Amino acid sequence: MNLLEWLPFIVLIPLISSGIVACLPGRFWPWAFTLLAALASAVIAALVLPEAMGSELSYPFGNWQPPIGIEYRVDAANAFVALLVAGMAALALPWAKASVDQEIPERQGAFYALFLMALAGLLGITLSGDAFNIFVFLEISSLATYAIIAHGRDRRALLAAFRYLIMGTVGATFLLIGIAFLYMMTGTLNLADMAERLPEVSDTRAVRAGLAFIIVGLGLKLALLPLHLWLPNAYTYAPHFVTVFLAGTATKVALYVMLRFIFTVFSPDYSFVVLPLSSVLMVLAVAGMFAGSWVAMFQDNIKRMLAYSSVAQVGYMVLGVSLVSAIGLTAAFLHLFNHALMKTALFMAVGCLAYRAGSLKIQSLQGCGREMPWTMTAFALAGLSIIGVPTTAGFISKWYLILAAVEAQSWWLVGLIVITSMMAVYYIWRVIEAAWMTERPEGATRLKEAPLSLLIPTWVLVALNFYFGIDTRLTVGASSAAAEALLGVPTGGLP
Amino acid sequence: MDLLPQFSLATVVLLPFIGALLIGLAGRSATLRNALCWASALAFLLAVLGLFTGFQSGQVADQLVWELMPGLRIAFSVEPLGMLFLLLSSGLWLLATPYAIGYMQKGGYDHLNRFFACYAIALGSAAGIALADNLLTMFLFYEILSVSTYPLVAHTGTAKARGGARTYLGLLLLTSICFWLPAMIWVYAATGTLDFAAGGILEGQVSPLAAGAMLMLFMFGTGKAALMPFHRWLPAAMVAPTPVSALLHAVAVVKAGVFVVLKLAVYTFGLDFLAEMALSDIVLYTAAFTMLTASLIAMNQDNLKARLAYSTVSQLSYIVVGAMLANAIAATGAGMHMLMHGYGKIPLFFCAGAIYLASKKTLVSELDGLGRRMPVTMTAFFLGALCVIGIPPLGGLWSKWNLVSGAFDGGYGIILIAFLISTLLNIAYLLPPVLRAFLKPLPDGQPATVKEAPLMCVIPLSLTALGAVALFFLAGWPHALVSQIFANGG
Repeated sequence: MNLLEWLPFIVLIPLISSGIVACLPGRFWPWAFTLLAALASAVIAALVLPEAMGSELSYPFGNWQPPIGIEYRVDAANAFVALLVAGMAALALPWAKASVDQEIPERQGAFYALFLMALAGLLGITLSGDAFNIFVFLEISSLATYAIIAHGRDRRALLAAFRYLIMGTVGATFLLIGIAFLYMMTGTLNLADMAERLPEVSDTRAVRAGLAFIIVGLGLKLALLPLHLWLPNAYTYAPHFVTVFLAGTATKVALYVMLRFIFTVFSPDYSFVVLPLSSVLMVLAVAGMFAGSWVAMFQDNIKRMLAYSSVAQVGYMVLGVSLVSAIGLTAAFLHLFNHALMKTALFMAVGCLAYRAGSLKIQSLQGCGREMPWTMTAFALAGLSIIGVPTTAGFISKWYLILAAVEAQSWWLVGLIVITSMMAVYYIWRVIEAAWMTERPEGATRLKEAPLSLLIPTWVLVALNFYFGIDTRLTVGASSAAAEALLGVPTGGLP
Repeated sequence: MDLLPQFSLATVVLLPFIGALLIGLAGRSATLRNALCWASALAFLLAVLGLFTGFQSGQVADQLVWELMPGLRIAFSVEPLGMLFLLLSSGLWLLATPYAIGYMQKGGYDHLNRFFACYAIALGSAAGIALADNLLTMFLFYEILSVSTYPLVAHTGTAKARGGARTYLGLLLLTSICFWLPAMIWVYAATGTLDFAAGGILEGQVSPLAAGAMLMLFMFGTGKAALMPFHRWLPAAMVAPTPVSALLHAVAVVKAGVFVVLKLAVYTFGLDFLAEMALSDIVLYTAAFTMLTASLIAMNQDNLKARLAYSTVSQLSYIVVGAMLANAIAATGAGMHMLMHGYGKIPLFFCAGAIYLASKKTLVSELDGLGRRMPVTMTAFFLGALCVIGIPPLGGLWSKWNLVSGAFDGGYGIILIAFLISTLLNIAYLLPPVLRAFLKPLPDGQPATVKEAPLMCVIPLSLTALGAVALFFLAGWPHALVSQIFANGG
């Protein structure tokens, strides 16, 4: 079998495993099987990426040739995102064992089955080259995600999941309407085919409305301000493992699909010239960066603070897109990858903290730095990455983002980026100061350091933050290849 | 001279970091920790001296540590200014070690492992800045220096210490991230390189106006050089224990700031290009303004350490002025002033700490008659004050000599006058403590017995004061060292 025939298994393995895991009893086997499935997906995705960097891979399902049949179409952009999603799942699962055992003691089979379904959905969205197929996978992943968020121990998790359900469904419906408009006008659902046929009908109201519907629908899944309202509650009250997984994957996949529609299905000329998309995205991105960071600065609950920080970080990515240049798009992909690394590491550290402390209020964490030194050091180091200190992954994405802004002569954007970075300094530093520079309150229970099964994966993620801050060949290479694939032109002299 | 060890540049930078790691792991044994502090400082000094001999014979190779992206490198190289900065900080680290150990133990402070580990990291970062071969490496170590000194400033953990430390870190990070980082990326976007090169890299690549904007960003972004209005962090940092104020906030941290300014002026902008830029005058006059205003503020500070802090703000601006005058004489004077002010200011801080240890006094107005009880300390203070003012026979004379003749050479009459007024102001705020201590009687009821601080404190402060005297006679070698920059047509 050659590599191409393995391609669909990236999605199929988690999807099929999901059914098996649902039947497995106890607390060990569901987890172990899930881990194996995620690892297998990640390995295949890692093998596919180098192939896809050079050329486009296409796998027709059931040998029905596109555009009639459904095809998986993989280039550098989605191979990169698929590796990110599968890789993050494989890295988060070793961490999951202790945390899930504590939070969801019973019926873990069902929980992990839902998790695998969410994973399969996200991977399916990423790889599929068929618009309706994307919608189906989006629904699969969303429904599974609502269910796993509702597993949170706090009863507010139910309300958070319900709100996400309502908003997510609205978003999915918008996407569906948009796809239907495009189908109506072009008569095809295959993305590549659609791209070929669109120019003939591009000057119609239906096509323009279709693109607008798609952008709004995906903007909801992406948590682009002002459509971010579901995110803070969902992240705060979901089980810690679910937050860890979602923070690194869900919004990233939504961003990728949006880019696919903007750049491949519609050409950049259309998206950014006919519709004033660039300025709309730029305004929303900047607003998201500011509002997210601003609100994060005043949160008492650390998990919620990080959730708002995610809203801000989505803003950075969209800002890179809105500059419509090779460097800007590279910056967006870089930040997509690097932000997954840093937010996952941060949420893992917070999960370690929650495992021992219970409460995540900043006041109740005073002085915990001395009692849980490894956890808090991990938090601090991952925090440096989000601030963008050199030698961390965050610095690399910020470097490219500012470079893109400088190249576009948008000096005010440079100013805004550094100001929001300072806001990140503030909200990260608040936690560090509470942890180390204040004394433990009188009568507080002594905290024990988190168990190794949680600490080791957390530190692996922290180490990756520094590794990808120093060795940028994979990330910068893949990001510029992804930008190239989307723009359809060689980016050539990218530094 | 093969007796001295010859390490590669990265190893020299790494040595204090290794020391910090060992100190951090030293556990509860005070003896082991003190031994490690001594060992790190000594090893670092020997490594720097070895480097110096190698440098004099031209045998030190540049070193590329890692390439982040094409064009973005972590790399080290050595040049005269960096060498001078290294010699200054390594020598004073060794002298400050006994002082810090004595002070922290006598003062009954806790968490000494963290304290000495951060102390060593700060010195290592200063070495990284001194040897940086490009802007990125410099930025990296600059930020490590800011962050690693935060626990030192906030050491006591009181609300006041935390507030001061917050101002400290906030201002330093704010300026570096908001101004320095964009300026660096701008340089990269404009020239495609971040390396330092003799004569600068910007000339011909960007318009003088754009370069002027970069200069403003860089100069105000170098918060550690304490140009107004970003000088507040330095007085705020005075809540730290005195060994920190002495070594870091009179030598390592602030000198790192002005070193960055000098290095940018000489190796990124180039003095010739700097002289062409109209906007460099803005920085020049801001620095002159800072020099005078900080002196005026210092006169009104009753708290001795706050007075010394504002004095440092003022003296740092001498160096910035020297860099902005953009001629070889002034730049040489600025380089020498790094050394001279280091040796002049550190005994002043040592004395302030010794006075606090021996008599719990922190205010200038409480110093009446103290010369009778602490003769050695107050004599050292006198010498340090003379050095900062620039009166013979102390080293401070020579750096100011060069600065003033540089201003004269460049035809900057206003700056010349500013230097003169500033020297008068220096006398007005540095000599009153000495006069009070020696000429006024002790307040009623206090015995005039000699009661000095512990020997661990008195010996280093005497040695540094003597060093300031010695530099008057030995000023030839720093002058020769710094002049090497301009020797081959740079």
